Formats: sequence, structure tokens, C-alpha cells
Amino acid sequence: MKESKLKSPGVQALTASLICIIAGLLVAFVVLLFINPSGAFGAIWAILKNFFNYSSANLRLRYFGNTLVKSVPLIMCALAVLFSYKVGLFNIGTSGQYCAGLCAALYAALKWHWGWLPCIIFAMLAGAALAAIVGVLKAYRNVNEVISGIMLNWICLYTTNTILSNVKDSASPYTLKIKDYAPQAVLPSLGLGRLFNNNQYVTIALPLAIIVAVAVYIIMDKTRFGYELKATGFNKNAAKYCGMAENKNIIMSLVISGMIAGMGAAFFYLTGYAQYEVTATSVPAMGFNGIAATFLGGLNPIGTIFSSFFIQHITDGGSKVDLSKFCSQTSDLISALIIYFCGFVLFIKIAMNKILAKREAKKIEGGNK
Amino acid sequence: MILLIQYTLIFASVLILVALGGCYSEHSGVINLGLEGIMVMGALGGALAMKFLPIAIPGILMVLISALAAAVVGVAYSSLLAVASINYKADQTIVGTALNMLGTAAATVIVKAINTAANPDDVSSAVQYIEPRKKFVTNMGPFQFNWFMLITLILLIAAWFVLYRTRFGLRLMACGEHPQAAASVGINVFKMRWSGVLISGGLGGLGGICYILAGVSEWRFEYGVAGFGFLALAVMIFGQWKPTRIALAALMFGFFRALSNTYMGFGFLAALNLPSTIYNMLPYIISLIVLALTSKNSKAPKAEGIPYDKGMR
Repeated sequence: MKESKLKSPGVQALTASLICIIAGLLVAFVVLLFINPSGAFGAIWAILKNFFNYSSANLRLRYFGNTLVKSVPLIMCALAVLFSYKVGLFNIGTSGQYCAGLCAALYAALKWHWGWLPCIIFAMLAGAALAAIVGVLKAYRNVNEVISGIMLNWICLYTTNTILSNVKDSASPYTLKIKDYAPQAVLPSLGLGRLFNNNQYVTIALPLAIIVAVAVYIIMDKTRFGYELKATGFNKNAAKYCGMAENKNIIMSLVISGMIAGMGAAFFYLTGYAQYEVTATSVPAMGFNGIAATFLGGLNPIGTIFSSFFIQHITDGGSKVDLSKFCSQTSDLISALIIYFCGFVLFIKIAMNKILAKREAKKIEGGNK
Repeated sequence: MILLIQYTLIFASVLILVALGGCYSEHSGVINLGLEGIMVMGALGGALAMKFLPIAIPGILMVLISALAAAVVGVAYSSLLAVASINYKADQTIVGTALNMLGTAAATVIVKAINTAANPDDVSSAVQYIEPRKKFVTNMGPFQFNWFMLITLILLIAAWFVLYRTRFGLRLMACGEHPQAAASVGINVFKMRWSGVLISGGLGGLGGICYILAGVSEWRFEYGVAGFGFLALAVMIFGQWKPTRIALAALMFGFFRALSNTYMGFGFLAALNLPSTIYNMLPYIISLIVLALTSKNSKAPKAEGIPYDKGMR
């Protein structure tokens, strides 16, 4: 009976993800062994422990809250990548759309003193607008979405730096603190913070992100619109033949994807947890980590929630390594390795099915004897 | 003006090298989105070679050994893409993206480890090469000639010759157009694709070292190569996968990139008083426009991006 369980796609996806994680950790461990043999195990362990590194229970709870706060934008970015990937598009511009979202949200909050809800909507529109460019170029001009996405990332980065320079702190390269200058735009906590030892940054963004994940799942698997999108992804020409507006579907999927990414930026920056640095030399890594989370989550919106948390967990854990021996980028190394191994997921699944089929064949043979 | 030409040529060299890399790989049927990461790793190999080679050795040896180190590291790194996408039929987009992230992360970790090992207080991710860099350039009057310009020219001619005038090149291109047909006449598609990817790794690595030598004498590895790998892919598409057109496209892109470094030197441009970010964005904006205009009738190799499956028709 065990075999039938192993055959279910859910179990297979989970096994494949776990194999990717273990392989990523092992290779990273080997790399660390080369750098400093004595501290390698401690470093990996510290990364995996993250908030468990703190001795007091209250601190642990608080830092658990922080990791959750930072997981929210990652979940959103991962969902953004996922949404377009289901339509056969690789939205590597998620980082740029996230950047556009944070630019819109922070500018509206700090300059125009909008409330939090309009800020979120504005951020969604900004992300959607940027993604729409990619979509139109792809649908009507056949421009590779990966390359146009990357180009727009850089354009958006420089634009954001210029725009947000207007609302930055005069003494530092960071934008003004939203708590002090735009309290009306801070996301309400609704008492959620109290659950995490009064962590003020835990806000309604957390449940909202989970709601979005469920919504993406429902749209993709339970509605006609979602099926049309997926059909376009499988075979654009067949979709067209069946009377679906394939170009519209391509653009719509990217617009929604960009919208989710922009919303994610608002969900993070409107908590006041972080300020944007206007001298940044690259777009926020959130979108790229989102790619990791998407594939690690087995391309499932609900799986994405857990994989995002895991990626954020080890990213935060990166700052807990012994900095005299290793640098905090070690965790980036691990997540990059995990994505690399995610490329082998298809192969792992095929191999698993092959082994299962062989076993079954043997059983039948045994039964015949 | 001379400075503008100099920067145009050096940036064009970077773009030509990397775009030719992409060209070999795509003609064999593998989309190499990992060029950005390959550039970073190649730059790392070259920079470390410059750092650890004795400064007293002759200039020509310094140039050759550093370039070779960059190319070798690039080849080794690109084999990660080859294994995954050719032997294990992995999604080339995912693996390429992973290589980009891995390149920057791994290079930063390695450089920081080396710096910290040399001096426990040094946690920077920079490699300095002020003295070695001087061996790569010769001043011809006000024009600073970089040996990479010559290397690029040679490799450009070689690429044209290899792709269109040798058995290997024509077979390589056959594998990108219709691998099953190529296999039916006895060509080993796996071998051809492997060589395509490895050559692109070598060229990407060379492009990486050339990029970090372009203007500065130290490089912080966490910055990566600022999207140059992707710019090179745009150049390749604009150049319709043909070496000569790639060279022309690269010169154009190189010009706009150079403009952002030197626009202050031009009276009329400085007088326009545009913010410097406009010039920073210019290469990316131009490439978007150019792609929008040229992608419709793209002459991309037909089988690129599709894992080779013997049983498929």
C-alpha cells in the first residue's frame, strides 16, 4: 500500500523538494568545508536554526515574527512568479515589479499621505503597469520575456532611486521612517503583533498573503479563466484554435503577476520594518528569491507558503553564522544551489516513477511464479 | 571624444565576447541564460589570477594567464548548465537563473573568505588589481588600448570562420535547428551541445574579466556584472545570431553604455542637464526598443530551449 501513496503527485512533489533542499545543503556544506573545515557544520546549523539561536523564549517568538514579516513579500513574489509560470512565462521581472510597487507605496504614503489601503492599490497598479509592458512586448512583438524583464528591472531600479530621493532622510540614503512621517499608511496589526511578543511589524499582511495564495489556487484550478490561462501556457496555438484570446491571456497573466508582486512590496514596506535605500545598486533580491520559492514549492500556491518561509528562514539564518569565519551571503549560496537542484525535479520524478514501476513489475512476476 | 571611443570599444568587446558565447550555445540548441553568472565566475578566476601572479612577470604572460584562468573557470562553471540541461533535460531557464544567482553568491563567499583569511578584519568582497591592470593597457597618445580589444577581434573572426566554414560549426548549427535530423546522419547531438555550452562558458568568462578591467582597478563581487550578460543576449538577438551583425550591434550598445560614463565631457550633453540616471538607463531602454523592433522576425535556432530527446520526431 505504501507504493500507491508514493505515486500521488503531492507526495512526489514534496519528496522532490526535500531532495533539492538536502542536496543544496550538502553541496553548500562541502563548499564551506573548503573555506573553513572547523566551522562548516556550525555555520550550516546556525543557518538552519535561525531564530532558535536566541536563548530566551520571548526573543525567539519575536524573531519568529520577524521572519514571518519578511516571508510575506517572498510569498507574494513567489506567487507572482508562479502565476505567470503556469501560463508558460518566466516572469523574471518580478523583482522590478516589486521595486515599482514599493516605489509607489512609499511615495504615496510619504509624499501624498495616503492611507494604507489606497497605497496598496497604487502599488498593485504600479507593478501591473510594469508587467503589462513585458506582456505586450511578448504577445505582439515576440520579445523574450526574460530579457525584457531584466531590462525593465534596471530601468525601474534607476527610476525608483530617483523618485524616492524626494522622500528620503536628509542624513542617510534611506527613505523616511513611515512610522514617524506617515502613520496613517502603516498596516493595522489587529492584535496579531501581540501573539509574537508584541512584535509591531506582524500585521494583517500575513493573513492577507495567505488569502492571496488560496485565491491564486482557486483561480488556477477551479475557474474557467485559470484553465484558459493554463491552456495557453501548454500550447498557444491550440488555445488560439479553440477560440481563446491567446494574446490577451498572455498579457493578463503578466498583469496579475505584476499586481501580486506590487502588492507584496506594499505588504512589506508599509509595516515599517525596513526603509528603502535610494543608493541601491540592484533591484531587491526578493523577486529572485521568489523564483527559488516557487520551484521549491512544487509550483503549488499552498506549497509556496511553506517554501517561502523556509527560504526566508535560511536567509535570516545567514546573518547568524560566525562572521569571522563565513559571510552572511552563505545563505544566498544555499538558496541558489537549491534552485539549481530544482532544475532536476522533473528528472527526480521520472526516476521515482521508474523505480516504482520496476518494483511493481517484480511483484507481478513474483506473484506469477 | 577619444575617451568615448575608448569606452565604446571596451564595452563593445565585452558584449561581443559574451554575445558570441550565447551564439555558440544557442546554435547548438541550448539557451544560456546563465551568462551573467558565468561572467562573474570568469571575472573571479581572472581577478584571482591577477592577484596571486607575481607582479614581476612579463605583461604578455600576465594577460594570457589571467585570460586563460577566466576562460577555464567559465568553462568549468558552464558545465553545470550542460549537465543539467543536456543530460538531465532540466528547464534551461531555471538552471540559467540559478547559475546567475549562484555566480554572485559563490563569488562573494569565496572572495570574502580569501580576504578574511589574509586579514581577519577585512570583510570586504573586493579584489584589487591596480598594478596588474596596467599590463592590460597601453597608452597610444590619449587613447588607452586594451589588449582585450585585440583578443575580441581575433575571436570574432574565429567565430565567423568556425560557424560557417568548418565541419564542426555547421554540425553545431544543425543540432540547434533539428537535432533529430542531425542525429540521423550520425552527429552526436549530446557532444555537440556540450561543446556549444562549454565554448559559451569560455567566452562568457573572458567577457567577465574584460568587464571588470574596463574602467576600475578593484571589483566588489556582490555587485555582479550589472545585467551585462542579459545585455549581451539582447545584442545576440539583435544581431540575429550572426557574428558580424553581433559585432555591429555590440558597437551600438557599447556606445550608449560608454555615453553614461563620459557624457559630462560633452558640452551640449552636459548643458541639457539631464539627471545621470537617464544615461544609466539608456542602454537598457535602447535594448528594449530594439528588441521590440527586431524580435518579430527572429531567426532564432529552431530547436533552442528544447531538451534533446532521441525518441521525439
